[in-house]
Amino acid sequence: MRLIPHFPANVTFQVRPKTILLPDRDRHRRRSGSALVGYKPTALHKSTKQRDGMTNYLVSLIVVTATYALFSLGLNLQWGLTGLINFGHVASMTLGAYTTVLLSAQAVPLPVAVFCGALLAALLGVLIGFFTLRLREDYLSIVTIGVSEVIRLVALNEEWLTRGAFGVQNFPLPLAQFRPTLFSRLVMIGILTLIAIWAIGRVVQWLRQRFQKLNGAIDGTLIGVALLGLGGLWVYWIAATSLYRFSDNPARSGLMLISVVLTAIAFWMLERLAHSPWGRILKAIREDEEVAKALGKDVFWYKQQSLMLGNAIAAVAGSLLAWQLTSVYPSTFEPLTTFYAWIIVVLGGAGNNAGTILGAVILWAYFEVTRFLPNLVQALHSAVPLIPPTIDPAREGAVRLMFIGLLLMLLMMLRPQGILGKKEELTLDR
Amino acid sequence: MSESTQTQAEPADFSAARSENRSLLAASGLVKRFGGLVAVDRATIEVAQGSITGLIGPNGAGKTTLFNLLSNFLRPDAGEVLFDGHPIHRLAPHQVAHQGLVRTFQVARVLSRLSVLENMLLATQRQTGEQFWNVWLRAGQIAREERAERDRAMEILHSVGLAEKAHDYAGGLSGGQRKLLEIGRALMTNPKLILLDEPAAGVNPTLINQICDRILQWNQAGMTFLIIEHNMDVVMSLCDRVWVLAEGRNLAVGKPQEIQTNPQVLEAYLGK
Ligand SMILES: Nc1ncnc2c1ncn2[C@@H]1O[C@H](COP(=O)(O)OP(=O)(O)OP(=O)(O)O)[C@@H](O)[C@H]1O
Ligand SMILES: [Mg+2]
Repeated sequence: MRLIPHFPANVTFQVRPKTILLPDRDRHRRRSGSALVGYKPTALHKSTKQRDGMTNYLVSLIVVTATYALFSLGLNLQWGLTGLINFGHVASMTLGAYTTVLLSAQAVPLPVAVFCGALLAALLGVLIGFFTLRLREDYLSIVTIGVSEVIRLVALNEEWLTRGAFGVQNFPLPLAQFRPTLFSRLVMIGILTLIAIWAIGRVVQWLRQRFQKLNGAIDGTLIGVALLGLGGLWVYWIAATSLYRFSDNPARSGLMLISVVLTAIAFWMLERLAHSPWGRILKAIREDEEVAKALGKDVFWYKQQSLMLGNAIAAVAGSLLAWQLTSVYPSTFEPLTTFYAWIIVVLGGAGNNAGTILGAVILWAYFEVTRFLPNLVQALHSAVPLIPPTIDPAREGAVRLMFIGLLLMLLMMLRPQGILGKKEELTLDR
Repeated sequence: MSESTQTQAEPADFSAARSENRSLLAASGLVKRFGGLVAVDRATIEVAQGSITGLIGPNGAGKTTLFNLLSNFLRPDAGEVLFDGHPIHRLAPHQVAHQGLVRTFQVARVLSRLSVLENMLLATQRQTGEQFWNVWLRAGQIAREERAERDRAMEILHSVGLAEKAHDYAGGLSGGQRKLLEIGRALMTNPKLILLDEPAAGVNPTLINQICDRILQWNQAGMTFLIIEHNMDVVMSLCDRVWVLAEGRNLAVGKPQEIQTNPQVLEAYLGK
């Protein structure tokens, strides 16, 4: 079983001590295609190339983080807002990924293909909801687990459709053929800038509120979020640069913009819904569905809507995942992927959309930082010879996951409400 | 033998016991079995428009179960419920609420992690913003409605003495305050009839008086109530008419004073 998600670990970069922050050169050349034909390494070129490598690496990281943020936003709607326990969230991602790539390989326009994937996932939600939502609530969690595995196994075995374990490759990528003029590039940077301003605005607003609540004191969370905001500025700069040099790698820069825009749209939509009377009903269902019923709310239908929308969002995340991997295998959609979404939502604070995005950032930062694990093991070996000098990849993955478990336990002890969650909420009786 | 003929006769007796006013709620022949236990056995109840009707009976008499049948939180095994002239016993619980019949719970249930005000706002029926598409298409109207509802909610919260708590979590309220919030929330739905399950249970005497005052006040404003209550002072001071239930069956019905002196009722409460 693969313990760490494909990407970027297995696709663009290799996990070797020397290439932790530098991309693997061969791959880089192959992927960049003609742009680097006839390239001769000179001192000058080399530094540019390293810089490019860094940019590419971070851009890939933005894509993967945005994908998982989007994926988890869907779960946050279902669980954080509505209280529905979906242990098979990856099922929607599978449907989204396969539908998108299979349809677009048949020359269906990409947006239509993505929409079909989302629709299918929403239908899956209706189907599961129809059979489980009237029963006791644990039925939903059990059935979702089962369904997600069934869908993965169908993808593995129905080779006429999905090519089984061989996977699907060579499908169209969004904006891959796009060769923007300077003007279009500036427009794209403008879009990115608007999103960045909006995001920074929200961070600043949050910081100000927190500062007031603490009566002018400063705590770890405040500093942490402030630093993250600054980090965000740097990431924005990288992203904008990559858009400016769009034609260096259209597919990657394009996907970066698309994933950021889609995540921003989903975030905006969900925030608006959460603060609407519609969202209030979902929260009421989460708190006590008998009360919602007694007050005239059609609990079953609202749960259905929550399942549908959350699944559709996850399906779109599936499309993004397929595009960034440029290949789709059934093994990508193991239950572990659902588990990541749960970690992300719990980390950030259930029911909190901003927290979910923060959770995705933290999880992926963690995955990237722990790529240094082999180095660490080596260093420890030189200090304590008892420790073996190398760690094999399978164990490495296991250790990285184990530490997530540890981190989660620590979080539950120190901050059981999640990073952005409200502590007061935990002290309330039902 | 004689006992069984008596119980056979009972439902007829009580459906004949009509009040002068038009009845808002009329249920007859309601039966609910839990396995072998018959929790509600051919029970009849009637609530006159504009009245405060009491429902009393010893513990385990089936009062709460009867409430659940009236609001359709439980499906009756037999019998029918007419509300405002229409049969409602085949509707889903939320549809019953839409008809204007709203119930509260014996153990007050609040939405803990929502504010007191949000608890109130949820209760409003048929809000524009409850429809998914309206959130996008009719934002202006939703904002207007929210403002108006907020004012109305604050008014009700003032009258139940929870205005200062409006922005606190409902989960932080005391038992008595929760009862008040539940009643306020029920009122917020603009119902025709409110079913209150033991509004005075676990509430301190001062608050009980306050709750009673409010109920009388709202009743004068035209609201109809059906109240389960063990506190006889409350029943005596509030109710126009009292139904007595024992072991799932109707035992008596009448004015509070009549009930108080009814030997059958005393027997049911005190034993022989
Ligand atoms: N869901 C259920 N399943 C099985 N038995 C039940 C259920 N609900 C109630 N009962 C039983 O039905 C009978 C009537 O219960 P109910 O709660 O209606 O009484 P009540 O008159 O409200 O009593 P109290 O005054 O104590 O609230 C009791 O014997 C109770 O144990
Ligand atoms: Mg009861």
